Amino acid sequence: MLDYLVSIILTAGIYAIFALGLNLQWGYAGLLNFGHVAFMAIGAYLTVLLSMNGIPIFLAVLAGMILAGAAGASLGVATLRLREDYLAIVTIGFSEILRFVLLNWSSLTRGSFGLFGYPRPFQDLVGMRDYNLFLAGLVIAVLLMVYALLEALSRSPWGRVLKSVRDDEAVAVSLGKNAFSYKVQAIALGSAIAALSGSLLAFYLQYINPNNFQPVETFYAWIMVILGGSGNNRGTILGALLLWGFFSTTRFMEGYLSFSPSASSAARMILIGLILIGLMMFRPQGLLGREEELSIGR
Amino acid sequence: MADDILSVNSVRKSFGGISALDGCSLRVKEGAIVGLIGPNGAGKSTLFDVISGFVQPDAGRILFSSREILGMPAYKIARLGLVRTFQIPRSLMRMTVLENMMLGAQGQAGERIHLTLLCRGRVMAQEKDIKEKAEEILQFFDLLRMRDEYAGSLSGGQKKMLEMARALMADPRLLLLDEPFAGVNPALADRLIERIRILKERGLSMVIIEHAIPYVLALSDRLYVLNKGAVLASGHPQEVISDRRVFEAYLGEGDNAQP
Repeated sequence: MLDYLVSIILTAGIYAIFALGLNLQWGYAGLLNFGHVAFMAIGAYLTVLLSMNGIPIFLAVLAGMILAGAAGASLGVATLRLREDYLAIVTIGFSEILRFVLLNWSSLTRGSFGLFGYPRPFQDLVGMRDYNLFLAGLVIAVLLMVYALLEALSRSPWGRVLKSVRDDEAVAVSLGKNAFSYKVQAIALGSAIAALSGSLLAFYLQYINPNNFQPVETFYAWIMVILGGSGNNRGTILGALLLWGFFSTTRFMEGYLSFSPSASSAARMILIGLILIGLMMFRPQGLLGREEELSIGR
Repeated sequence: MADDILSVNSVRKSFGGISALDGCSLRVKEGAIVGLIGPNGAGKSTLFDVISGFVQPDAGRILFSSREILGMPAYKIARLGLVRTFQIPRSLMRMTVLENMMLGAQGQAGERIHLTLLCRGRVMAQEKDIKEKAEEILQFFDLLRMRDEYAGSLSGGQKKMLEMARALMADPRLLLLDEPFAGVNPALADRLIERIRILKERGLSMVIIEHAIPYVLALSDRLYVLNKGAVLASGHPQEVISDRRVFEAYLGEGDNAQP
């Protein structure tokens, strides 16, 4: 039972970090990133590949964050001067291209066989038996750090400019703010945070495979952000807990229903869809979002 | 001219074959208020867009305190001290009135991501100053009691005021006001005229687009009439307004258009 709880904390925590990166981009900067999972994949793969080749783990994690941030920034530079929906199209394309590259670049990634047997932080110190418990603590610590960073930023003058760009870019520009630069910064930082969650995911799974990084992962992050309330970091964390709590409890119930596994996973997605529709009808600002932010001026 | 804060020379801009500005020229003397009137579609707002760098013209020159600003990104023009407002008030709806104001301040260290994280003391001190200045300007516009409301919940006239107040936070040298009186009720309008005069006394230059002619006449040192993308008449406001061509531009030409 404890193992089960620890695994929920691990998954929910890792996805909460992942979704916090998206919340920075969407909730604070209004950027439509539909390929968020690509940056998680970059973090996971670069961390694993570098650490397998003898690079210290923390440097490998950092390298993943830097590469993901740079990749996000490049996509932003290429598309953010265009209409906002271009970013959505380009990011979802990028995430699928990246997945196929990972699948087919077998000499580097071993393709669909995936990578395993790579080092994990402090694994000799902690030992195999308690490792997940240790990792859960690490994930919670990282989550709190990311949360604190994002809260500090959102209350800062930097966050104020970002929110103004989300609300009305022309106003920000008319007051001397380089709106384009702020959008690129938001996408780079959000992507680096996604890479960090990818490294943690790799440590948890002990085995990574390009199919861990399907587009649906991006949309899990979207569900978490919307469920909790866009632009609300605590809401995003709550959204991650609720979504993984929901996945886990419905997995328990599977035993009592005569669905095939594929039918029950489809039924689960239908249920999530219905919950989201209900949420949009009765609480469009999300669970922790502020109603005033939605209802005014529209 | 050396004492011109703004000089716009033969600016042209067409949108897909339709000419919005057709060789438009305009000059603003340092410390003066210039009124800009003209029928709908005359190109007034397009001229503001072009001066402030939001729209790139096809041809022409624009000098702001003797410096060529044509082709410069809009945010850089604003940083030089040439700040515009918008015809339809553009409040940042999901931010409070105070946040709207504080955004306007220039040279904020905390707007750089590394400084905001690493130099908290400096950023907080600057925030305190900016907040004080914002409250002072809000007081000037009678908006102080609304400081913690979401900007989206203000009335149309209050949004206009907020927009002007926010622009002042940037310490502009030249303010482009696009219909500052639209949606402002007559009682408030008199207060607004007073305030604009105070700003002028403090040395601020302004260009004001306005449909309500009495307000323009009350404020302007010089009046320009725009029609079909070009200057139809310019000069002393009273003389310009009694020009028959101006009358015709508004009401159409023809024998039945007797003044």
